[in-house]
Formats: sequence, structure tokens, C-alpha cells
Amino acid sequence: MTQPPRLYRAPEHRMAAGVAAGIADHLGISVVRVRIAFMVLLGLSGLGLLLYAAFWAVVPLRPGDAAVPARRDLGQLLPFVAIGLVVLVLQTVLFGSVGAAGTAGWLVAIIAVGAGVIWHQSAPERRRQWDERMPVPWLGAVIEENDRRAFVLRFIGGGVLVAVGIIGVAAVYSPAQNFDAVVNGVIFALVGLAGVGVVAAPVLWRTYNQLRSEREGRIREQERAELAAMVHDQVLHTLALIQRNAADTTTVQRLARGQERSLRNWLYKPTASPTERFAAALEQAAAEVEDTFAITVETVVVGDRGTDERVGALVAAAREALVNAARHAGVRTVSLYAEVEPEQVSVFVRDRGKGFDPDTVEDHRHGVRGSIVGRMRRHGGRAEIRSEPGEGTEVRLILPISRDQSTAERDR
Amino acid sequence: MAEQPTGPVEGGAGAPARLRVFLVDDHAMFRAGVRAELGVHVDVVGEAGTVAEAVARIAASTPDVVLLDVHMPDGGGRAVLEAMRRSHPQVRFLALSVSDAAEDVIGLIRAGARGYVTKTISPDELAGAIRRVADGDAVFSPRLAGFVLDAFAARPDAPVADPELDQLTNREREVLRLLARGYAYKEIAKELYISIKTVETHVSNVLRKLQMSNRYELSRWAADRRLV
Repeated sequence: MTQPPRLYRAPEHRMAAGVAAGIADHLGISVVRVRIAFMVLLGLSGLGLLLYAAFWAVVPLRPGDAAVPARRDLGQLLPFVAIGLVVLVLQTVLFGSVGAAGTAGWLVAIIAVGAGVIWHQSAPERRRQWDERMPVPWLGAVIEENDRRAFVLRFIGGGVLVAVGIIGVAAVYSPAQNFDAVVNGVIFALVGLAGVGVVAAPVLWRTYNQLRSEREGRIREQERAELAAMVHDQVLHTLALIQRNAADTTTVQRLARGQERSLRNWLYKPTASPTERFAAALEQAAAEVEDTFAITVETVVVGDRGTDERVGALVAAAREALVNAARHAGVRTVSLYAEVEPEQVSVFVRDRGKGFDPDTVEDHRHGVRGSIVGRMRRHGGRAEIRSEPGEGTEVRLILPISRDQSTAERDR
Repeated sequence: MAEQPTGPVEGGAGAPARLRVFLVDDHAMFRAGVRAELGVHVDVVGEAGTVAEAVARIAASTPDVVLLDVHMPDGGGRAVLEAMRRSHPQVRFLALSVSDAAEDVIGLIRAGARGYVTKTISPDELAGAIRRVADGDAVFSPRLAGFVLDAFAARPDAPVADPELDQLTNREREVLRLLARGYAYKEIAKELYISIKTVETHVSNVLRKLQMSNRYELSRWAADRRLV
């Protein structure tokens, strides 16, 4: 942590994992030279590959750049693959067949690559979990099994390891150049493996099934408990209140409406935090007005976005418009429509109530001027109020948003 | 609305022909309630509590409009619609459900319902909706208009297989927006300086497009909202 220039893998001009680019950056030399060095080292019993894999596994990606979607340039990789192949062929021609040390080198390299891949496919926060739980942190990468990708990797990697192991055992311990012996060895090894599988399979299968049914049961039980809690806390209490207030129509309607809303949300809606999403904030404001004034707010929201200060002001202005409609229009139903478009967010609050003549509103009434028109203007939006006596009122709130802001919101 | 008189103003004894309405709902209590409330406006010619019963009795009684519940055992309203649409194209369906989840609403409309209202609707409004459906018009609640706008606004620049079928015209979108804002057809006509007839045409076109959109678009729409 003390020395500032740490070694990182460079994501910006990488070919495979950015190891070579990272080292080149770190040492201040040309990246091509580093790559050629790796390729030449490949000749020494696969040392180049081994080193590359080791660097890959150990060296972290440069922080901050993680979001940069660097494309792997496979076309560029070709010359280096060619160099590597040439080196390997040369080695085979010059020094004859690969010896035991060579085999070991290859095996270690393959294992290192596999471990490195698993390690780097995994999410950082999961890695942190391993760090906390495991005595040996990297063990987590091998044991963890939630991820489907990890499963595939493990399946393929395991298969390759088994195959290499069997072939290796047969090849190393059989008399040289005797192909039949190699095949026989492989067959016997496979039989041995199959035997282990047959012995272990029922136990594994039973355990797996048991665990699964146990888990399913637990989930079902949890859902039932949650439903029971919901029914008890809300529905039964509401029904009890309705029985007690049966004579008071307004109260009964308010209770029933509130209960309907909460059950509806619970059944059909993905929940979102009203402090974070525009639609959720608007719906919450509508719900509050419904509960306070015993009216119905028909809420329709098209699209959604995150909130910020300006959007919060828009919601507050819409809430004020709803309150005005509930208080003065003398109707039971108010429509609330909001639409999020790329360039603007608009909200419409409409009632079919008494209506008023906007010109005759006295100067000292601040509800409309301060809370709606003024608030929208302060935040760069505008508010229009259209009303005619007898025709009802519509409040239109429009808040322009810049395009990059809206796209940034969507990407988040 | 409690304060409004619900007497037989329209469609009463003096009207030439009262609409024949059929109820499909698996809750007998609810059927009884609707029957009692609608009795003054229309003739309730029959009711059914299951899909099989509904299919048999609708065929026998040939009503003008069927009020259809969405959630029932054995496939719900969709199954009834699919069974009846071919054989009895003259019967109009109006979905009447307690659910206003997007997938239920759009699903029923795509299956061929001419409108969708929720069970909290007042009796007068329900009678009006039945009349409009019987006249060949579509009944769009503000919520339904919102769902449609949402579906088409989700990917405005996505390539579509058949633009004529899948895209709403700007005018249709405008009409839908006003509907979603709680405007009545009459008010939309006034706002856009067109006739009520034109508004009705636009709304019917939207409904037709919804029914005929291709499967691909629908499945993508549903997947976007994690409905499937």
C-alpha cells in the first residue's frame, strides 16, 4: 500500500487479459516486446503461459477503469499465437519430445489458467465474502457454486483435468511408444472412475434431493408466513375497523380504498423506493392524498426515472395540485397522469369538479402561486392551470430534462 | 356514485331494445351484485361460474355483450374468449376484473376483448361501458391507455417487423395520452378540434393494432417488464 506505482492489468489496450499491457505500462517499455518475451518463454516447458496465467490470477484490474468496456482484439492476437506455435514446434524439433518436467509445467499452467479464469469471472463483492469466510481466500473460488457460469467453468475445467490426468498417468507409466498400453490404461482408469461414480452417486443424489425439498419447504413456509402476517396486520384490522364504522360511508370507503391499494401493490407491483424512483414517489404522494381526503386518485404513470432535486420538486407540485383538487373541486375522483419522456417529464392532475376562474384568484392565496407555479419555475419547469367554472380543472406540470442526464439515468 | 339517482334514464322501458348481457365470474356473490345493479339498465340473460359453463351458455343465449372475469379456474377469461371468438364473432366481450395488472389487461385485449374495466367501477359507468362496447366502440380506461403508451414508448426507436401494424400514429398516441389524463371522448374531440366520431375511430384503431401485433413484439414487451 505504501509504494504508489502498483502493478495493474491494463484494460484499455488488452488482447487477452491485459497482463502484458499492464507490465509494459509499469516498466515503461513497449508492449510488443513484453508479448514476444511471453511467447519465447513458452518454449521453456510452457513457462510463458504459466507466468501469464499467474499474473492474470494475481494482478488486479486497474481500479476505476472497470466500467470501460474494453474489447478483446482477437485479430491482434493471431501473430502472437503464431509465434507461440513456432516456438513450440522449434522446441519439439530441437529437443525432441517433451519430458516429464514439461508435462508438469503444462499441467501447472493449465491449472493456473483455470483458477485465474474462475477467480476473475467472479464478482468482486463475492470475492470479499470469501476473504472473510475462508481460511484460504482463493479456496472460495473453487468451492462457491451459486453461479451458473462458475458451474460450466468447473464442469469443463474438471473434465479437462480428469482427461489430462488419465492420459498422463497412462502415458507416463506405460512402456514407451506402446499405444495399446496407453489405451488400456485409459480404459481401466475410466472404469475406476465409473466405479467411484456408481458408488457415490446414490448418496450424492439423495443428499441433493433432501436439501432441495428442505429448501423448497422452507421457502413455501416463509411465503405462507409472510402472507399470514400481511393478512393479519392489514386486512383483518381494516375489516374490523369497517365493521365498527359501518354507518360512516366516508370512513368505510377510505379504509377499503387504502386496503385495496396496499393489497394491489403487494400482489401486482414490484416495489420501488419512493425516495429513489419518480413513479414510486408520485404514487406515494397520490396515496397520501387519497388517505387524507378520502378521494380516489386514478394514477397512471408511463415510464420511470430516478429522482433528483428537480424531480422531487415536480412531485411536490403534483402533490399540491392533488390536494387542491381534493379540497376545492368537490369530487370523489381525480386523475393523475405522468409521463417520462427522453426530453421532459410531465404530470397532469385533472378533476371534473367545480372549477374556478383563474383570473379571479385573490393575490393573498399562495397555494397555487407559491407551491405550484413558483416551485416549477424555480426548478426550470413550468405549470399551466386550466380551469373553467363547471368544467373542472387541469393542472399541467412540465419539467424539461437534458438528454445526457436522462440517458445517464437510464444506464444506471 | 351514491348521490346520483340510478333510475332508468336511458335504455329503460321506452327504449327500442334493451341490451342482452351475460355475466361470467366465478364468484356467485359478485354476479348477484352486478345483476342487481345492472338490472335497471340492461337485460341480464344468463350467468356462468366456470369456463365450460360459460362457453355452453353463451352459445345458447347469444347475448350482445359478455362481462368477463379475468381470473377463473381452468384458464380464466382468456379461455372463454378463445373458445368463443371463432364461432360467435358477433358477441362482444368486456373484461371486468379486480386485477389491473398490465399482463392481465393487455392479455385480455390481445385475446379479443373490446374493453377492460375494473370491478371498482360505478354501476352507471359500467352500463355506459357496456353500451359503448355493444355499439362496436372500444372502452379504454385511463389505466389501459397508460399501459398501451408504456408498451409503445418502451422502445421508440426499436426496429419493428411490420410498422403499419405495430406503430401507433402520432394522432393515436395523442388521443391515448388525453384518455390517460382522464378526458372523456367529448373533451378529447374538443381539445384536438376533431369530431367525437374521429376520436372513436382512433381508439378503435389502437385496439385493433393491439390485437394484431405480432407475437414477437408482445413477448418482448412482456419480457421487458419481467412478466414472463
